[in-house]
Amino acid sequence: MIESHATTHEVHGHPALQHHFENMEQQREAGTLGMWVFLVTEIMFFGGMFLAYTLYRSKFPAAFASASNHLDITLGAVNTGVLILSSFTMAMAVYFTQVGKNRPQVICLILTLLLGLTFLGIKGVEYHSKYEDRLIPGHLIPWRPFGPEVAHEGDHDPHKLHLLPGANVKQVELFYWIYFAMTGMHALHMIIGAGLLTYLLIFSIKRRFDPEYHSPVEVIGLYWHFVDIVWIFLFPLLYLLGRHVH
Amino acid sequence: MSEHIVPIRVYVTIFLVLVVGTVLTVVAAFLDFPGPLNTIVALTIAVTKATFVVLYFMHVRYSSRLIWVIVASALFWMGILFAFTFSDYLTRNVLSPGY
Repeated sequence: MIESHATTHEVHGHPALQHHFENMEQQREAGTLGMWVFLVTEIMFFGGMFLAYTLYRSKFPAAFASASNHLDITLGAVNTGVLILSSFTMAMAVYFTQVGKNRPQVICLILTLLLGLTFLGIKGVEYHSKYEDRLIPGHLIPWRPFGPEVAHEGDHDPHKLHLLPGANVKQVELFYWIYFAMTGMHALHMIIGAGLLTYLLIFSIKRRFDPEYHSPVEVIGLYWHFVDIVWIFLFPLLYLLGRHVH
Repeated sequence: MSEHIVPIRVYVTIFLVLVVGTVLTVVAAFLDFPGPLNTIVALTIAVTKATFVVLYFMHVRYSSRLIWVIVASALFWMGILFAFTFSDYLTRNVLSPGY
């Protein structure tokens, strides 16, 4: 009896099949399901920050508009394009793994990783210009606390803060707390994603994945697309909507 | 249920839809719509883009009912989070004016 059990676990089956799964399909579905459950917790996590944003924007619309106007729409839009393209190359990496084409799979993973790093680079440029303009809130930077120069009427210096009627600097600082919390958590997810992609890349080059076994590619792909979706909401909410007080 | 392989042309189509959506949302931001319409337009485009990503890039359209339930549960709990919070904040002035 015991012996027969042992044999059913050992014979037939992919080397990547874990003994507690019946077959590769069941194993893959379990992995995908587990990733989705994790993503639900991620949605709730970012949801809390979106809630804070919505709440304070409804309380201080003029300050949120003033602060948002200071963000660089061009860089934000370029980064949106970069992330969408990286989601596409990630989806293609999954496709090429599913059909068993190793070379294009590796190329797609490299492209996805490079696009992810491009996004982080552009984000870094944006953060630096906020640092220059003294817009990093509180004393997060001990030697450069929050204290933007407020522009007077007729002054068009883009490095100064242009307050709309009804807005004050304290409320603008609140916007920047939310801005840095949300884009910062998003960037952290991108950094983790870049690490996961590096892992995928190494094991793809070693030809670890095939049409039978590609759960890691699929599951990390889900994570990558989720991070893309967060940005799809962050871009209009932080960069674009500030152009209108309502 | 065997795994569904999404053809390349679907991925390309979705990618193009996402690019068009991004362009539209930027263009719309530079136009002045009355009242809160700018917010509504921007969020409608964002939700549409996110839906395409979830259904096609994330394969939910071809996934089992169980995955659908999990995704729906996330939206349901988000709904509770927003509905209950704003039922408080947005009604504070109603009962005690000037709060």
